[in-house]
Amino acid sequence: MRIRECGDSMLLVEFAPVIDPLVNARAIALATRLRDRHPRGVRDVAPGYCTVGVHFDPLQTDLLALEAAIADEAAVVETVVAESPKAPIEIAVIYGGEAGPDLAAVAEHAGCTAADVVERHAARTYRVYMLGFVPGFAYMGRVDATIAMPRHRAPRERVPAGSVGIAGEQTGVYPVASPGGWQLIGRTSRVMFDPTRAVPSLLAPGDLVRFVPLAGSRP
Amino acid sequence: MTLGSLEVIKPGLLTSVQDLGRYGHQAVGVPVAGPMDVFSHRLANQLVGNDAAAATLEVTLIGPELLIEADTTLAIVGALFETTCDGHPVPMDASFVVRAGQRLKFGRLVQGARAYLSVAGGILTAGVLGSRATHLVSGMGGLQGRALLPGDRLPVLAQTVLRPGRKGVGLTLPTGRRARLRVMPGPQDDWFHPDALTALVGVSFRISPRSNRMGYRLEGPPLARLDERELVSEPVGMGAIQVPAAGAPILLMADRQTAGGYPKIGYVIAADLPLAGQLAPGDFLEFILCSRQEAVAALIARERQLLRYADMKEAS
Repeated sequence: MRIRECGDSMLLVEFAPVIDPLVNARAIALATRLRDRHPRGVRDVAPGYCTVGVHFDPLQTDLLALEAAIADEAAVVETVVAESPKAPIEIAVIYGGEAGPDLAAVAEHAGCTAADVVERHAARTYRVYMLGFVPGFAYMGRVDATIAMPRHRAPRERVPAGSVGIAGEQTGVYPVASPGGWQLIGRTSRVMFDPTRAVPSLLAPGDLVRFVPLAGSRP
Repeated sequence: MTLGSLEVIKPGLLTSVQDLGRYGHQAVGVPVAGPMDVFSHRLANQLVGNDAAAATLEVTLIGPELLIEADTTLAIVGALFETTCDGHPVPMDASFVVRAGQRLKFGRLVQGARAYLSVAGGILTAGVLGSRATHLVSGMGGLQGRALLPGDRLPVLAQTVLRPGRKGVGLTLPTGRRARLRVMPGPQDDWFHPDALTALVGVSFRISPRSNRMGYRLEGPPLARLDERELVSEPVGMGAIQVPAAGAPILLMADRQTAGGYPKIGYVIAADLPLAGQLAPGDFLEFILCSRQEAVAALIARERQLLRYADMKEAS
């Protein structure tokens, strides 16, 4: 664990620079534990894949005390060797057709049928490593390497809300219509983010997700 | 107190409701947003007797025309506009009284890029996740998550006690359309060629037309990377100078995403971000390096500028 300064208002806690479930679990646990301590001056604590961003007001924060708190909690989370099992969140998806305009291209890239792509995408349980890009957008992994098609070179100007995409070994769901470069293989009607809900984001860091193909899929 | 409103006759180029920002939800990807020049936002609020967290209007380059539908106290702080109320000039960096039926019109921009219009009691659009700040890309906060349009009505309170004539000391605005911003190196300054930091501080960067509230794309010499590794996406903050592979830096501003995958050569210090907020596309900026001690001292000096006003208020 290492603490880096990001200007005068943010610290970045770095674990090993890898995309790994255990490292990610430690980053998430550190963010939670730190948030629960309510350190004076801290405005927000957000985990990444293998980092934690600690945003603070430099005039309200005792930096040495904050760094000590981070070191304390990091020592605790570094003893984490496994996460307690949790049930995956199921997201029903219509694959292919209008809902998944890139499904055929992904099949071609993989050298398999569209039905195989659906099967392989829906076979795995994915981990939410982090959220970003827009509210509620979860970066999930890892996608079966055979269907891990890179993103479009030129992003689409508008990807419809609910679109399920692949970008390399990552998969994700667009919460709102936005520009986007991921390969779109399907669509869900689940509302990924609603600020009026008690818990606005359907997915949180560390959650597990399974995609369930719906009848009406047209691979 | 009764409810009144500000009716938008002309919206201006990009006028949005902002407060101190939507903190506490970056873990689920919710951007902070908030003012591009937080100092001017805060001073504007102070002058009308508001808490710093009250929502103001951020006015960009071309200001709005508003029909005032409440007796209240206003203040305009930040970029210097020639602003009139029913044709009479109104002061900058000072509170003034308006009456229901009057028209407030932002005219020619003289200096700076963004002004903050505060209203006693704040602008009372609905909060989203604890903040009224508008985030344009995700369509969150403010008025339906967007910039103002003609015909919009912003709810405000009609005031029975009016407080004109409070004066503050505003930001020293950039002159000659350029500003010098202090930078703390890191967190990935060691990913760059040793000359990159020298290049960063040795030249002027021009703010590209493809810049907005999310960030300023900077045109200048490319900053050469030493390390071609891909950075695993990590949380970022306002003021980050991120450098994509092509080497043209991007200065992250108020509407930045919560995380990013480009290495950061440095962060502009909090005390100088308001100055960055007073720049527009086509303007120039220069970076100089500074230490945390200097950064915090500069922020304390900014804070004193606000306290100076508070002292005046108590003395009067």
